[in-house]
Amino acid sequence: MEIWLIIIGAGLVTFLTRLSFIALQGRWQPPELLQRGLRFVPPAVLTAIILPELLMPGGQLHLGLDNLRLLAGLAAAATAWRTRSVLWAIAVGMGSLYLLQAVSGWLAR
Amino acid sequence: MINAMPDGFSLRLQEGWAGVRAELPILAGVAPFGMIYGVLAMQAGLPVSAAQCMSFILFAGSSQFMAVPLLAGGVPALILIFTVFVINLRHALYSAALAPRLQHLSPLWKGLLAYLLTDEMFAVSITRAPGPLTHWFYLGAGAALWTCWQISTALGIFLGAQIPDSWSLDFSLPLTFIGLVVPALKDRPALLAALTAGLTAVLAYGLPNKLGLLLAALVGISAGLLGERLWKSG
Repeated sequence: MEIWLIIIGAGLVTFLTRLSFIALQGRWQPPELLQRGLRFVPPAVLTAIILPELLMPGGQLHLGLDNLRLLAGLAAAATAWRTRSVLWAIAVGMGSLYLLQAVSGWLAR
Repeated sequence: MINAMPDGFSLRLQEGWAGVRAELPILAGVAPFGMIYGVLAMQAGLPVSAAQCMSFILFAGSSQFMAVPLLAGGVPALILIFTVFVINLRHALYSAALAPRLQHLSPLWKGLLAYLLTDEMFAVSITRAPGPLTHWFYLGAGAALWTCWQISTALGIFLGAQIPDSWSLDFSLPLTFIGLVVPALKDRPALLAALTAGLTAVLAYGLPNKLGLLLAALVGISAGLLGERLWKSG
């Protein structure tokens, strides 16, 4: 039961976020700070999700050449910077991870 | 009767179809994303109905990805809803950008297009020159994406149990975000917002219930605003 309340609640806040400025257009001028702050939401939120996934796989800080997800993530970031394409970033990132896993598996033998 | 002026209906249809066509290349990236979401939801043990309805009700890929482990981990409802809110807050930016173009529409149209407003629909819509029928273009783009998202989720749910953990499919989430965020780091305040938020998230990782994520968002946005003021005056 609780899972449905969560899904409906999350759906509602998402819908209202998307509707917000569309519905208020012409009726309400948002404060300037809010308008300027919105710009930083995507980089802040997305990076806050990315970095722990790369630096702490399994929940522990892990810096080093044997952190394969970190290496693959860096390859994906370089690709995203060059190509500006999400699809290429995913392809290169997953490809690098598989390759690194294969190499480290081979080295460990 | 040959080649009479195109009537209103066919003009709308044309505009909607143009929206569908503009969205098609993006669907190549969305379809695997939807499938992976379905697979992850099954691996985490969500009920089939909940996994599919999440695509239907939320229609927001990245927040659905984040919600899956939280739902499975029994995180309190309000915290989960608030986390989804923070992740989807960027849609307010899109809402603000499209709002002037939708001002003349009925509430029903506004509601429908708001429901369909996603990263991928916005990316296509904002490049279309506004005209009297452009809302049909938005609808076409949004409907194409919506259909693709529902079908690929269903496929992922269907495949779910057959895909082993060793494929590391969960890694596609940070990769997708890397693809979205890296090209957007065009100026120093944005870079500062990203770095401070990322660092805070790592340092505050131990906090319960993903509170570190919320703290990180707050720190990042504040740092971005401060940086903007600093570099503008300097």
